[in-house]
Amino acid sequence: MQIAALRKSVAVSFPARLGHALRRGPLHIIIIAICLLWMVPAVGLLVSSFRPPSVVTRTGWWTALHPTFHFTLDNYQKVLTTNHMGQSFVNSLFIAVPATVIPILVAAYAAYAFAWMEFPGRDWLFLIVVGLLVVPPQMTLIPVLRLYTNLHLAGTFPGLWLAHTGYGLPFAVYLLRNFFGSLPREMMESAYVDGAGPFTVFFRLVLPTSVPALASLAIFQFMWVWNDLLIALVYLGGAPSVAPMPVTISNLVNSLGQNWQLLTAAAFISMALPLTVFFTLQRYFVSGILTGSVKG
Amino acid sequence: MSDRIILALVVVLGVPAALVGYLALIEWLVRGVSNHWRPRLRPWLWLLPVLAFLGVYLVYPSLKTIYLSFLDASSQKFVGLDNYRYIFTDRTNLISLRNNVLWVIFFTGAVVTFGLLIAVLTDRVRYESLARGVVFLPMAVSFVAAGVIWRFMYDYRPPSLPQTGTVNALLGAVVPGFTPHAWLIQRPLNTFAIIGASVWMWTGFAAVILAAALKGVPADVLEAARVDGAGEWQVFWRIIFPLLGTTIAVVTTTVVIIALKAFDIVYVMTNGNYDTDVIANRMYKEMFNFRNFGRASAIAVILLCAIVPVMLYNLRSFRTQEATR
Repeated sequence: MQIAALRKSVAVSFPARLGHALRRGPLHIIIIAICLLWMVPAVGLLVSSFRPPSVVTRTGWWTALHPTFHFTLDNYQKVLTTNHMGQSFVNSLFIAVPATVIPILVAAYAAYAFAWMEFPGRDWLFLIVVGLLVVPPQMTLIPVLRLYTNLHLAGTFPGLWLAHTGYGLPFAVYLLRNFFGSLPREMMESAYVDGAGPFTVFFRLVLPTSVPALASLAIFQFMWVWNDLLIALVYLGGAPSVAPMPVTISNLVNSLGQNWQLLTAAAFISMALPLTVFFTLQRYFVSGILTGSVKG
Repeated sequence: MSDRIILALVVVLGVPAALVGYLALIEWLVRGVSNHWRPRLRPWLWLLPVLAFLGVYLVYPSLKTIYLSFLDASSQKFVGLDNYRYIFTDRTNLISLRNNVLWVIFFTGAVVTFGLLIAVLTDRVRYESLARGVVFLPMAVSFVAAGVIWRFMYDYRPPSLPQTGTVNALLGAVVPGFTPHAWLIQRPLNTFAIIGASVWMWTGFAAVILAAALKGVPADVLEAARVDGAGEWQVFWRIIFPLLGTTIAVVTTTVVIIALKAFDIVYVMTNGNYDTDVIANRMYKEMFNFRNFGRASAIAVILLCAIVPVMLYNLRSFRTQEATR
């Protein structure tokens, strides 16, 4: 009985499903066209970075997709060694890791105080901290640079770590306070009743339960620092020994001009780590970028 | 190289240790304080690092910049509103201001429209997250890398040579009688060419947020409207669009702020030549190329004044959105 009914429904629904699929054809075509359109620039970059210089200037990258494939790794070798991209990759890591860890820990202390400690003026102070989100870094560049020149922090990594910490804090405090504030009160109280101090509660209870928020925030802050050009340019300058990848690439754009095989290889090296994060931690990556976007 | 390895070790182990040590130290200190004062002192010690950072990096410099914007190039003499008068009368600065207006209108318009379109379309297919992932991918790329990618896309060679830039080659193949266009040099399309590259980067951001909001639109409401004979067009404008209102507002204001602060991509693609400059790049030039700190500060203050109302609106609607979630 059941099987007969099922057969009947299949028999009825097959033409209907075909009609449905045909009507939905244009939808699929549009979506796939949009996806192709979005992929073409990145694919062109990737393909060009593996082409020998002799052909890059004479033919379009799409001609390389025919058989008689002619690809090489020379561009990467050249750009990593003679064009300082290897050094810059290391610099970028040196800059981005502390510039991610410091603001998150510092912000977490304050966020915990704002969420779970009582003190006069708490809400006003929190409003002021969040209000500082409106200040674009441009407002601070000249006075901070003068300060750095006096303190000999200009052109140093610690100077840049501290600057990124300062700029990242308002948003980090805002996000973490909201997350900490949503933790259950009973959980905190029972820990205090058991004799734990704020130090223990913070490190053993609050931070471990906040891993998703911390991960999103860490990815956002890391990407922001990794991809930053302006702040590195202003506080570090363009010296190859300290320059992170965006600064080096923007210098290469001026000096290499039409050497597309080298420029595309350099750009791809700078994209490698973010793309790896994107493909392995996609969920955290997306939520990290989205939660951080309000920082602008 | 060895001092770098030492630095790396100091950083990886030392920085977190110092930060945890700070907290251990203040907790040890407040233990010696009387029960009456301990809860009053503790929050301020936990807040101290943040307040110090914000004071040094945001509050003090901003006030100083406002002050500097009323002084001359080397910050020696008070000049009143001269810097502002210069910015609002000088031709290159007026062009930058005009370009920022173009950015706000066309960049924001394109990102929100395409984002909404992609969110609504992909919501109807099973491979939706894959499709949105493709469009979101450019968010992983720096503006600088995107600048390189799109300089290459817009590459121009004289008509007698084979075109290696994708855009010119594609248009040459599709449009009969098309002559290659120097996209980044010829006015007025060059500003729009740069805006186009940024749209490629940011559309995925709008699409992912709007798609998440779209999931919150109750399916039975849409179903009821369709049963009552509403076409897809009507369903979109009468039901989906109003229900997504707050989210669209948040996305729009966020994108407006990005348009106002546009810097990296212009710096890399044209460095503001051929009338493509924007105010953030003007500020950088006044600061480093011309060493005119008065004018650079005035531009920063103008940027702040443009951002404040948008950001306040953004924070407010962001909060209402959080509250309704």
